[in-house]
Amino acid sequence: MPRLRLPRPDLGGILPVSTVLLVIVAVWYAAAIGMNARWERDQAARAGTQVSAMQMVGLTLTQDRPVLPAPHQVAAGLYQGLAGQKITSPRSLVWHAWVTLSATLAGFGIGAVAGTALAIGIVHSRSMDQSVMPWAVASQTVPILAIAPMVIVVLSSMGITGLLPKAIIAAWLSFFPVLVGMVKGLRTPDAMQMDQMRSWNASRTQIFWHLRLPSSLPYLFASLKVAIAAALVGTIVGELPAGATAGLGARLLSGSYYGQTVQIWAALFTAAALAAILVAIVARIERGTLARIGHRA
Amino acid sequence: MSVIDAQNVSLTFPTADGPVHALSAVNLSIERGDFVSFIGPSGCGKTTLLRSIAALETPTGGSLSVAGRDPDAARRARAYGYVFQAPGLFPWRTIAGNIALPLQIMGFSKSERAERVARVLDLVELGGFGNKYPWQLSGGMQQRASIARALAFDADILLMDEPFGALDEIVRDRLNEALLQLWRKTGKTIGFVTHSIPEAVYLSTRIVVMSPRPGRISRIIDSPLPADRPLDIRDTPEFIALAHEVREALRDGHGHD
Repeated sequence: MPRLRLPRPDLGGILPVSTVLLVIVAVWYAAAIGMNARWERDQAARAGTQVSAMQMVGLTLTQDRPVLPAPHQVAAGLYQGLAGQKITSPRSLVWHAWVTLSATLAGFGIGAVAGTALAIGIVHSRSMDQSVMPWAVASQTVPILAIAPMVIVVLSSMGITGLLPKAIIAAWLSFFPVLVGMVKGLRTPDAMQMDQMRSWNASRTQIFWHLRLPSSLPYLFASLKVAIAAALVGTIVGELPAGATAGLGARLLSGSYYGQTVQIWAALFTAAALAAILVAIVARIERGTLARIGHRA
Repeated sequence: MSVIDAQNVSLTFPTADGPVHALSAVNLSIERGDFVSFIGPSGCGKTTLLRSIAALETPTGGSLSVAGRDPDAARRARAYGYVFQAPGLFPWRTIAGNIALPLQIMGFSKSERAERVARVLDLVELGGFGNKYPWQLSGGMQQRASIARALAFDADILLMDEPFGALDEIVRDRLNEALLQLWRKTGKTIGFVTHSIPEAVYLSTRIVVMSPRPGRISRIIDSPLPADRPLDIRDTPEFIALAHEVREALRDGHGHD
């Protein structure tokens, strides 16, 4: 069994990465001061007072409802949301993240299975090849923002609410990369490999299990990484229109209703972290699986 | 009775530039235990003829029989093992796993598979490499593994399409010698496509010289060389004379252009 050599942590990479990070934070602070200054100037003009430059820095970085919250405000909001609450509280970002995550995983599962099943059909049937693909492409050209409310409304009129409608929207976005990746992956075996199977009089099922499926795995995992991130986006979009009270999308929406910009940014960062973790988990499984079946990285 | 029998076989591919006559009026009969080489310039139809015998192509005219039936029935009965130009081993299977694949497809039991894999690995002198992955083996070893795979299910006919074409001459010599020993040990009927005159002369009991446009057999030469052929037989006058005869036949074939 070949051992996969894991890349060593690249110490040389820390300096450039942290430099970029510092630059981003500095630009962010500067932008926060610039964007929030107008409100402070209006306030001062109304009161007939003057604000010095030093005062302005202090004021713009501590507003309750800043146009752009400063990094430390977002960090505090994140900390409050993640660690400052009981995780069962509707104010807890952990709770909201779990609501979003469960629908994301359900949608990802549905999407991955549907995408793979359609790909298998397309590869094995000429009529499916010609009929399914255009519809799949069309499904992705319709803006998800237009589809999501319809799905929510139609399903809720049928009495289906909660996780499933969001999962369906997530699946809508995530089946497509899996479909495209698997159609390509299942078709990677070359003419010689197919002739080989033919010379052994292998059935289509045997060709699928012994040749097509193992050949397609690298493509499957590449598309699963795209699909799981897309599923998260789909779920969050699905949480927006229903006036949902739970989930990161709901958090984004209520934040924008009430001008709670810190809350929006905290939810945004939670969503980004969640996406990164999900993609990393798929990448981890990918490495393990491909190494076990002897694909060389 | 001949194992492979071609009567007036022809094969025409339709292309955008009009039909291509890959094979035209091919008559050939191969006896059990023959080692037959097909030699000729590219486009002479030697690979097409081999693929037709294997039912990977379908002739458009004439009659072809393999092991007493039509080629596709022979394929379904797993009458032949086919060795391609490239080893074509699956990277996700070990060498033993690769050799076991056709056996698995054909429904051999697990113990029977293990026993046969061990036997053919020894036959191609790859004992002890069963647990390695293809990328851990050299090109020559990979091709030997692919021959072992074609031998594993014990078909009477072995069809080989330039199996050593991509290998260097030293490796090729060794594999040629090993192939001859294997052929003598197993008594299989072998069809072997090559474009190397020394290879054809060294290996074959009969040499089928082919020429292109349209692909056809221009001469069939029976080898007078003894069955027992050490590598240095290639320096004997008989060998050199035979190689000369093949070269002349190839040149005559080209003369029709």
